[in-house]
Amino acid sequence: MTAIVTGLHHLQLTREGQLRHFLTLDGLGCELLTDILDTADSFIEVGERTIKKVPLLRGRTVVNLFFEPSTRTRSTFELAAKRLSADVLNLDISTSATSKGESLADTLYNLEAMASDMFVVRHAQSGAPHFIAESVTPKVAIINAGDGRHAHPTQAMLDMLTIRQHKKTFAGLKVAIVGDVLHSRVARSQIRALNELGVAEVRVIAPGTLLPRDVEALGCTVEYDMLRGMKDLDVVIMLRLQKERMEGALLPSEGEFYRLYGLDRAKLALAKPDCIVMHPGPINRGVEIESAVADGPQSVILNQVTNGIAIRMAVMSMAMGGQLAERQQALNDMAKQEVRS
Amino acid sequence: MKLSSHLPAGSVKIMGGQLYRGATATSAGVLEANPGVLIKNGRIAALGPDALAQAADETLTAENCIVSPGFLDLCCNLREPGNGQKGNMASETRAAAHGGFTSVCAAPDTSPVNDSGAVTSLIRDMAVRRALVRVLPIGAVTRGLQGELLSDMAGLQKAGCVALGNASRGLRNARVLRRCMSYARTFGLTLMLNPENQALAADGYAHDGLVTTRLGLLGIPEVAETTAVMEMILLAQETGVRLHLSQLSCARSVDMLAEARQRGIQVTADVAMHQLAFTEDALSGFDSRFHVRPPLRSERDRQALVAGVRDGVIDAIVSQHQPHESAAKQAPLEASEPGLSSIEVALSLGLERVAANELSLPQLLRALTAGPAAVLGQSAASNAGLGAGAVADLCIFNPDQSWCPGLGTLVSAGGNGPVLERVMPGVVHYTLVGGHQAWPSLLP
Repeated sequence: MTAIVTGLHHLQLTREGQLRHFLTLDGLGCELLTDILDTADSFIEVGERTIKKVPLLRGRTVVNLFFEPSTRTRSTFELAAKRLSADVLNLDISTSATSKGESLADTLYNLEAMASDMFVVRHAQSGAPHFIAESVTPKVAIINAGDGRHAHPTQAMLDMLTIRQHKKTFAGLKVAIVGDVLHSRVARSQIRALNELGVAEVRVIAPGTLLPRDVEALGCTVEYDMLRGMKDLDVVIMLRLQKERMEGALLPSEGEFYRLYGLDRAKLALAKPDCIVMHPGPINRGVEIESAVADGPQSVILNQVTNGIAIRMAVMSMAMGGQLAERQQALNDMAKQEVRS
Repeated sequence: MKLSSHLPAGSVKIMGGQLYRGATATSAGVLEANPGVLIKNGRIAALGPDALAQAADETLTAENCIVSPGFLDLCCNLREPGNGQKGNMASETRAAAHGGFTSVCAAPDTSPVNDSGAVTSLIRDMAVRRALVRVLPIGAVTRGLQGELLSDMAGLQKAGCVALGNASRGLRNARVLRRCMSYARTFGLTLMLNPENQALAADGYAHDGLVTTRLGLLGIPEVAETTAVMEMILLAQETGVRLHLSQLSCARSVDMLAEARQRGIQVTADVAMHQLAFTEDALSGFDSRFHVRPPLRSERDRQALVAGVRDGVIDAIVSQHQPHESAAKQAPLEASEPGLSSIEVALSLGLERVAANELSLPQLLRALTAGPAAVLGQSAASNAGLGAGAVADLCIFNPDQSWCPGLGTLVSAGGNGPVLERVMPGVVHYTLVGGHQAWPSLLP
């Protein structure tokens, strides 16, 4: 396991420990995660101004590379980049180059040749952003906007920001993640972040068919019975259930899933009275969550969306800073060598 | 098979170093001081004082080296015909010779698939013209490896296939498998099958375990292999076919194999060298080089596989050599093609297991020589052991000398080696095939 941490650690950090890509939360310590949250806090104020712009990425080109369709994540990344004054190019790759048989690597070489500074990548295959950062275009800052079942680190960080806003601290919190953990990149990143930030307990609540093997190794407890699992919760995070899961013989029906694992008012009443309800969206009303809960007083689902812009501004500006520092360092190293020779 | 690409051999005398004659039914064999080996007309003319007494055209000194029967690889992809961008007969048999192998079984998943006598003849013809080591074709067990219809088994056998296999492709169902076995049994053919339940493996490409859970990779559960092993063993017992299980990856499979043997069922098995050397952790940085099939599993599985080789329950270690062009691996893990270009480092990986006290040197050598030779019987007699009169297929290597696999040292067309730019033990000094020098290659 150490290999994962060190391997990705070196890949996404500069020699000085600054972020230069943002691929996964694995290997990022509590201090850096807190730094991201604090930076995002400072950007929230920008969104409240009449002129919602800061010049941090002025003159930089950010390319949104979405190999999978997305509305919310893509638009918040786009807004975040624009508020940082970057030039933004949106590419819907699922319908362009790759369908003409161009390989992922070739698509990226072409975009790099257009002097891009940052790629925001969403891809259906786990590890795709990692592959790009390591083997294809290491000099372009890569931001993972969700890869396969692996990670969705900006989503997890905006969730952490939302939790901190409502609970002030992570210490002592009991948090449950409910639903399709098996297919969820969001859950993997959340479990990692919650552990690193020091909550008391992370619980996953789901039937056996929706849990990955040995899920406890990620740093969570497992509860099959949601009625028991809701006890003492400060935060409950619902995951989206894809309708295709019924076809793969993972679940008998939406109805049974909702009865056992859907968050309704009765189940929510079992948690602490100030328990907040979160959902990465898009929500399926009546499948994993009751409308009255999604729109109710304990729901912070729309806060999550607002925070998404601030978190993405924070991560983009920090990674660009690290990437530029790395380039400067490389230039300095070259100059030193020339002097020596 | 005649190997016209070699320079004609005169007589050769090998002196010094140690000699490994081969394994016996009850022991992995021993290393002894080399009493002298004399090769004449492609055969071992004498061993011991007789050899020393006679004059020879050439003398090879094997100081600090081990003189062993040449290695036999039961699973090797030469990529020809049809996949010249990945490798070819000349490049990959040269890599085999560099690895100490004097015979390689050519996997049937070529293009066209080796499912008829005509394709087998084509492969043999290419081998005669361009191969540096003996090439033993494996035929496809079903037509086009589609898993549906029987291949021309008798025709394949007549054309020179030494066994039939499924090249990791699935068979449609147990009924097809049973009929393949029953028909192959008619001709005394050995079936070399990769046990994998396709429905359970589904879209997976990595061991279903800690690393897949953490990285969100699609897993192939252990039961995808173990249920297939059980099914194959039961059907082999019923049909009486000679079954060889290819590339086991699970601890539980080794147990089932041992149990079946005890019950007297005719079943043998092999394991890929990389399964003895690496685990699921190799994927932890999404390294697509280590995308292999069956997948690298847990440390517990690795240890059980090593123990299987040590105890002789697993008969052979194979390279499962799969050279690739760079584009095949230059993709996210899931989209990359499985396989390692491994035949040149197989011995070195094995010697690292010896250095780690997991295997003795004779146990390692048995699994590269007499073990696989017994699976194929007469067609691999030259790999079984060294004795006066035997065909002179030899490997002479220094187990203590180190080298660094890399672009300058590897000769396979595939750049997807498991170990690059790391110092490893074990340098092959000479590989002789029928007394001819195959490594270092005398060809340009």
